[in-house]
Amino acid sequence: MLLSLQGATVRFGGRAVLDAVDLGVAEHEIVCVLGPSGSGKSTLLRAVAGLQPLDSGRIRLDGHDQAGVPAHKRGVGLMFQDHQLFPQRDVGGNVAFGLRMHGASRTEQSERVRELLGLVGLPGAAGRAVAALSGGEQQRVALARALAPSPRLLMLDEPLGQLDRSLRERLVVELRELFGRLGTTVLAVTHDQGEAFALADRVVVMRDGRIAQSGTPLEVWQRPADAFVARFLGFENVVEATVVDGVAVTPWGKAPVPDGAPQGARTLLVRPAGVRLVPADEGLRCTVAARTFRGTHVAVRLQPEDAPRLEAACALRAAPEVGDEVGVEFDATEIAVLG
Amino acid sequence: MAVPVAFFAVFFAYPVTAIVARGLKTGGTWQPGRIGDVLAQSDVRQVLWFTTWQALVSTALTLLIALPGAYVFARFDFPGRQVLRAVVTVPFVLPTVVVGTAFMALVGRGGLLDELWGVRLDTTVWAILLAHVFFNYAVVVRTVGGLWSQLDPRQEEAARMLGASRFAAWRTVTLPALAPAVAAAALMVFLFTFTSFGVVQILGGPAFSTLEVEIYRQTSEIFDLSTAAVLTMIQFVAVGAILALHAWTVRRRETALRLVDASATARRPRGAGQWALLGSVVATVAVLILLPLAVLVQRSFGAAGLGYYRTLTEDDGGVFLAAPIEAVGNSLQYAVAATAIAVLIGSLAAVALTRRDAGRLVRGFDALLMLPLGVSAVTVGFGFLIALDEPPLDLRASWILVPLAQALVGVPFVVRTMLPVLRAVDVRLREAAAVLGASPWRAWREVDLPMVRRALLIAAGFAFAVSLGEFGATVFIARPENPTLPVAVARLLGRPGGLNYGQAMALSTILMIVCAVALLVLERLRTDRTGEF
Repeated sequence: MLLSLQGATVRFGGRAVLDAVDLGVAEHEIVCVLGPSGSGKSTLLRAVAGLQPLDSGRIRLDGHDQAGVPAHKRGVGLMFQDHQLFPQRDVGGNVAFGLRMHGASRTEQSERVRELLGLVGLPGAAGRAVAALSGGEQQRVALARALAPSPRLLMLDEPLGQLDRSLRERLVVELRELFGRLGTTVLAVTHDQGEAFALADRVVVMRDGRIAQSGTPLEVWQRPADAFVARFLGFENVVEATVVDGVAVTPWGKAPVPDGAPQGARTLLVRPAGVRLVPADEGLRCTVAARTFRGTHVAVRLQPEDAPRLEAACALRAAPEVGDEVGVEFDATEIAVLG
Repeated sequence: MAVPVAFFAVFFAYPVTAIVARGLKTGGTWQPGRIGDVLAQSDVRQVLWFTTWQALVSTALTLLIALPGAYVFARFDFPGRQVLRAVVTVPFVLPTVVVGTAFMALVGRGGLLDELWGVRLDTTVWAILLAHVFFNYAVVVRTVGGLWSQLDPRQEEAARMLGASRFAAWRTVTLPALAPAVAAAALMVFLFTFTSFGVVQILGGPAFSTLEVEIYRQTSEIFDLSTAAVLTMIQFVAVGAILALHAWTVRRRETALRLVDASATARRPRGAGQWALLGSVVATVAVLILLPLAVLVQRSFGAAGLGYYRTLTEDDGGVFLAAPIEAVGNSLQYAVAATAIAVLIGSLAAVALTRRDAGRLVRGFDALLMLPLGVSAVTVGFGFLIALDEPPLDLRASWILVPLAQALVGVPFVVRTMLPVLRAVDVRLREAAAVLGASPWRAWREVDLPMVRRALLIAAGFAFAVSLGEFGATVFIARPENPTLPVAVARLLGRPGGLNYGQAMALSTILMIVCAVALLVLERLRTDRTGEF
């Protein structure tokens, strides 16, 4: 493991912001920490960077304990949430900063600055003032600055947080491709699941300073560890249920579960695609409360008579109108029994 | 941290202790009861009362008159702005004695107003108050305007868009951001007027006397050192209390401000209202600052044309051992050395004070640093004279003594100017530098220093100006054959006769010009460098 955290704990006035976190990042791996604001993800990065001392636990880089190693000697890079470009230096001066700190010669510096600005898609921008850059350009400069000293671990704090959607979607693909090409080891944090899933080899979901789940994007998406993770990923149909012999008893009635699902009192997740609409006199009887056009499908909110609301995904043409009465059946392949 | 502490221990605490001991100790035993005895005297109480209320009124008056000026200089771009800015700063660096005399020439017996309309103010407190405003106008314009020009105007615009009126936006957005600077400026003005010496000495006559004048009188006229020591201690305590209060208010309001390039925030005045404001500020400067200076220059020529100036280069063998003109060279040398010392000590202290892990003790030092400003310059000079003239530290024969005393007075300016800017630097920029491999010292040099360079230059300018004009302490320790300009002026003024008076006016004019030139150079430096910020 290039980076390993053992029982890393940080307290702010008695409250544990990081609570006994164990985490490992292997070389060339891209790990994305996903969590709502206040879950401790930024503190995690600051602790690894050496900007925030641990109250207990251990951080190792390349097997070496980092306790007492100041930030500037850790050899890790950090791209700040709001970039923190040095306003008094131009683009080239910002990118060259880390190289200068490491005693690179002038020619090395300018060579590397040219190379990196080319890499992030801003060739020839070295002489520009940072104040004159757009948000996306600042982002790229911040990335080039963090990459310049070739850190063994690159950390990104909400790397695409302030950018508009289309730029974000384009940049996340570019980033993943770039990191893959350079073989960079990356630890990123974000609150945006789409960003995390698109960027990461492995996703770590955090809640209240603890790790709630860790796995590949597919694993996390398919089998969220618990109700919190499922809800955080945007799933609405999460209920308590009792599973007996391949059938779950839920507030919505009985629902089939996949083979081999654990038995007993469980949390059940029904993905919207697993909520099939049928004529009103079949299955669970619901009223359509709302419908939202989502581009590829229509999200339909259904209100059963005396059960929690359900979200269903419908094909564009088949979507019912608000106020319609429909019936609901469940599809076992889109149901997951959690934890 | 250690360097500034040591500096203040040796050159401030030690001399002050020496003079207090000299005053309170008789025959080897302490006489603390003397404090009560002195306080019981009704004339001492009167002095205390007058000192306090004239300082309060002077401060209020200065803020009232100078705050519009700070706004105009910060936000308006107009022809002659640089020159005008330097002009308002000149009075601040003039020796108090000269200002007193200039106002005497303006509002006193046989003065300009007397000649024109028969108006005389020299028997009223108004002469003192006006002279105080004259002096401290620049303090407010520089301290408040300096920060004001770097505040992002878009913050106010954001408030306007949220439905705030122009005034409400100013009150809720700009004023809170300015408050620490206004408080700092008000504190400085209060301190200067509380410890006012030369002005009150000349314009106050027998009717009005401040603590400082009283200490001087007790020391040099009555030779009652113990009474002087007690008065010094009273002043010490009062000033310490004010400073502590100030440090507390400033700390409570500390916020990281978004500072922007000052050159981008100023623009041409628009509309009749703004032009009227600009006009009234220019008129104020003309009447309040230029007029007394003009009278001063006019008196330096007198009936003799350039005669007074010509005699300055002659060795008269009486008042001076050398030609009076040599005082110009002395003053410049001393001021350069004092500025270097003050900037070094002051920046070290300011950096130590802004460290996030700075403890209570260090922050208490903040208030302590201001003490030399509040303690009478006379005490500092006299303390230097009696404390540093014998082993273990004998500097009496050394030229460095004068710059040291002047630096002592200059350091608080450096700290005060640099602290607000240093505190406004975003910590995360320093963190960004650290993560890129910069050690804490390197991060400071690379991140903070470029941002505070402007403040550093302003601080150096202030320290230089204060050193040039310093009088109270220098008069005690400047060697007779190497007087500084203010000391030379005072000596000439102390002698009767039209020639001495005219020569004093001529030397004052030279000092004024030296200061104006120095400040103009500084202003140039500021504008040339703005591209870097």
